Amino acid sequence: MSSQYDSIARQHATARVGMWLFLSSESLLFAGLIALFTAYRLSYPTAFHAAAEHANVVLGTINTYVLLTSSLTVALALASTERGRRRATVVWLLVSIALGATFDVLKIVEYAQHLHDGFAPGHYFTATTLPHGAVLYFTLYYLLTGLHALHVTAGIIVLAYLAVRARHGAFTPESHVVLECGALYWHLVDLVWIFLWPMLYLLR
Amino acid sequence: MTDYLRAKRGIRSWLGTLDHKRIALMYFCAVTIALILGGAFAMLLRTKLLISGPGIMEPLTYNRLFTWHGVTMVFMFLIPSIPAVFGNFMLPIMIGAKDLAFPRINLASFYVYCVGVAFTLWAMIHGGADTGWTFYTPYSTTSPTDVAPITIGVFILGVSSIMTGLNFIATTHMLRVRGMRWMDMPLFVWAIYATSIIQVIATPVLGLSVTLVALDHSLGMGLFDPSLGGDPVLFQHLFWFYSHPAVYIMILPAMGVITEIAATFSHKNILSYKAVAFSSLGIAFVGFLTWGHHMFVAGISQLDAAIFGIMSMFVAIFSAIKVFTWVGTLYKGSIWLSAPMLFFFVFIYLFVFGGMTGIAVATTSLDVHWHDTYFVIAHFHFIMVGASVSAFLAAAHYWFPKMFGRMYPEKLGVLSAVGVFAGFNLTFVPQFLLGNAGMPRRYYSYPDRYHVLNVCSTLGAYLLGGVMLFTLLYLIISLFKGKPAPANPWASRCFEWRVPSPPPEENFEQPLDLSLGCYEYDRE
Amino acid sequence: MNEALRWLLDLPEQRSSIARSIDYLHYSVIIATFAGVFVVALATVIFVVKYRRRDDRPTPRIVAPRWLEALVIGGLLSLFVMWWVIGFGQYRTIETAPDDAMPVYVTAKQWMWKFAYPSGPTSTDVLTVPVGRPVKLIMSSRDVIHSFFVPAFRVKQDVVPGRATTLWFTATAPGTYDLECSQYCGTRHSFMRGQVVALSPDDFARWLDASEPDHFAGKGGGHGLAARGREVAAEHGCFRCHTIDGGPSIGPTWLGAFGRRRPLTSGGSVLVDEDYITESMMDPLAKIAAGFQPVMPTYQGAIQPADTAAIVELIRSLRDVPPSHEQLAPTKPVVMP
Repeated sequence: MSSQYDSIARQHATARVGMWLFLSSESLLFAGLIALFTAYRLSYPTAFHAAAEHANVVLGTINTYVLLTSSLTVALALASTERGRRRATVVWLLVSIALGATFDVLKIVEYAQHLHDGFAPGHYFTATTLPHGAVLYFTLYYLLTGLHALHVTAGIIVLAYLAVRARHGAFTPESHVVLECGALYWHLVDLVWIFLWPMLYLLR
Repeated sequence: MTDYLRAKRGIRSWLGTLDHKRIALMYFCAVTIALILGGAFAMLLRTKLLISGPGIMEPLTYNRLFTWHGVTMVFMFLIPSIPAVFGNFMLPIMIGAKDLAFPRINLASFYVYCVGVAFTLWAMIHGGADTGWTFYTPYSTTSPTDVAPITIGVFILGVSSIMTGLNFIATTHMLRVRGMRWMDMPLFVWAIYATSIIQVIATPVLGLSVTLVALDHSLGMGLFDPSLGGDPVLFQHLFWFYSHPAVYIMILPAMGVITEIAATFSHKNILSYKAVAFSSLGIAFVGFLTWGHHMFVAGISQLDAAIFGIMSMFVAIFSAIKVFTWVGTLYKGSIWLSAPMLFFFVFIYLFVFGGMTGIAVATTSLDVHWHDTYFVIAHFHFIMVGASVSAFLAAAHYWFPKMFGRMYPEKLGVLSAVGVFAGFNLTFVPQFLLGNAGMPRRYYSYPDRYHVLNVCSTLGAYLLGGVMLFTLLYLIISLFKGKPAPANPWASRCFEWRVPSPPPEENFEQPLDLSLGCYEYDRE
Repeated sequence: MNEALRWLLDLPEQRSSIARSIDYLHYSVIIATFAGVFVVALATVIFVVKYRRRDDRPTPRIVAPRWLEALVIGGLLSLFVMWWVIGFGQYRTIETAPDDAMPVYVTAKQWMWKFAYPSGPTSTDVLTVPVGRPVKLIMSSRDVIHSFFVPAFRVKQDVVPGRATTLWFTATAPGTYDLECSQYCGTRHSFMRGQVVALSPDDFARWLDASEPDHFAGKGGGHGLAARGREVAAEHGCFRCHTIDGGPSIGPTWLGAFGRRRPLTSGGSVLVDEDYITESMMDPLAKIAAGFQPVMPTYQGAIQPADTAAIVELIRSLRDVPPSHEQLAPTKPVVMP
């Protein structure tokens, strides 16, 4: 316990407050891009409609299930720690990492397919059949999902670190605030996707 | 118990310290260097403007210099200045805590700041940007200079700013000494708390917008490129969503300092504690809804102009009620006209004038004439230099005895306050007139009829720069030669004066006693 | 009084119809500013003298009465809101051009101003206008954002690439007034200066006559920007889908289109003006006229701003002929020369 706290519980509560503040800051990062997407969607409704036709709904939806499941497994890891089951914690974290990696791999497949079809961002866009403004959809698609994928990757590293700590018995049923904060971060990554999925794949 | 300066020795005990007071001092050195650097850029700019035509430098050099001046002053000096130095040092003591909530994040934020500064300076040497600190597209995405590195530097500085803000919010919520309610906190803490909210919420959007500029300039993302259907004005919306609240990041902590000085040197309770506390929060929240007033002539709709205009009027009211409270605090007080108090007066006059000219430029039809002229430059500098830098100097004098355990020379402090006031007015009052006459900002050369006022402004800038160097000099000498300071040289009631000067390593020898409030001057 | 304050504040001469009323508001704000500083200074000086420190004895605890705070807030807020009301009223005037304003097309580029008149003349960096008649500038940029600023007229408007912005003024006295670019636009930003020359109506008419229409003159007979517009439209193949005689085609006819409201596919309607026409060329699918297919390609980047202006002027020149109802309906493509 650090000396500025009068109890370990207080220190843990403060860590949680700090994590929530960090998450609110993170969500504003995405909010800025989402606002930009909304503004351009209002300017180019038909172009965005036409561009969204080319979104890979199947892969996007599979990824949604993958990520939602990973949130569940992270929650299970936390629940296992609370019951003092160290092995289960490690296993659930590893499953979550695997799901996160699956998400990234599917994302890369999706990117490769789009790039192959000429739906590249910005000045590299070559799909001239699409109406004016469609390129903005794809640029924002790459920025939003790219930033999100970056967060997924960071989340995987966090989960890996937690798995190593968990294996060494760093988390007890009474004291596991680091695990809790890591799980919160993973849930944010998941939550952001819950916004991106309908916005980029389903909204027509 | 030994004080924090002498508790440990050696350079390592400083560079690796987790003590908020030592980190504050390291920040103090860093932002002072940034201030000198930004000031040097300003002196070069003003020197160029002594002549109306081409002069000591090329236009491109001039354009780079005003960009560097803006980036240095805003992101390296003004934003971290008061929070990261005086907030860092005083906030835990003022709420009776031994340290901030996350000392490691505090130290990390300092190093992230240093990396950001180093990166930005490298970017400047490497060719820098000539876009202005506002990075407006599409100029910033087509500029012949290297824009990306400097935006990355700004991004890194933003990360540091978020870390600081996050730490302060968590500390204020969780580490107040047992028994201290929100309404028992010193008002400086309220100001820092409100500032931190803006830092945490707005800074990511700044990071995003400068990143988009970098991606566009270097990789051709073209999100604001009209040939791809992008809208350059949308960038301005995104940029000002951060950068308007950012001016409150720069002024709110200054208001906090001024509130403390008003109470201490008039030896009286703040006229209305709640008005000051809640107006800080009001500024933090309403400040997010006024960004469009930077765009009245950019081609926004009349409805938008109306909404952003009226919101700007509302946000000004919070500042007005603060001025009323500060002046009212003097009433029936016991006023001690020392150097910090003189800086208080410098602040308050320049702030009222600067604030009222803010109302002037928020008036839509008047802004049409003033937008992008020296009038706006003068208004902005009245708040950012006249008010914020004065408050920074006020804080440096006011808390000097507490931070270093030594007194500064009082007479030189008085001289500095008078000199700052004179130099400042000579620099920036002519700029109001230049703006009225129609001289646009960021002008390398200008018609001859603006010449006399430009010369006045430059002479004022030299005076101001000289006084600042003089102030720095005697403060540095006082570090070593100053008289030893007592625990409470100002007979203040505020909590930080109840610990020894300089404070011991863990701030308190015994827990902070709340039986006498921080503004209770009506009893012994 | 006006002259004295104007001189004191170093404001330029008031040479547009709106300048004087804006300056009056300016005076009221500046006077209030000085009054505010004076009141604060007076109060602080009195308090400092009267309550200077004699000892460290306790001071009475004084809390601002609610009514006083309410008075300060209410008083200042009503002052601010009053300025907002007046200022916004003036802003509406500045932003809304009168219907009879004389159009001039402005193209800004690094680092010069180009002006084109509907009747043909063009000029660089010098804008010639008649006194006493509203002039409406329809402005576009070829590269970065610029800003058109004439201090003596108290008007300013950013010139943004990819869209048309407008600005209007009525010069009130003959003379030469400075034109400055006020939005930072690159290395030679401060050299992007020009002049507005205001001539009496007779002089202006003579100037217009004498100004030889140069390359804007149309080949197919007739002078002026509209004739040039006809050429540009033919070059870009506009007539493959649009007619100028009211005949039906893939796209709406240009005859009598200008200045009317047109229903949109998405519901609602739009006024066909410079902004809408420019937008339709740059971003054709944003607002589709009801009854037509979204098939028009964008001309963003393919057409010069000066040519855009010429087409706008062509459509404007066809405004006075009202089309009949059946002519508005689309049918098979008809190729027009």
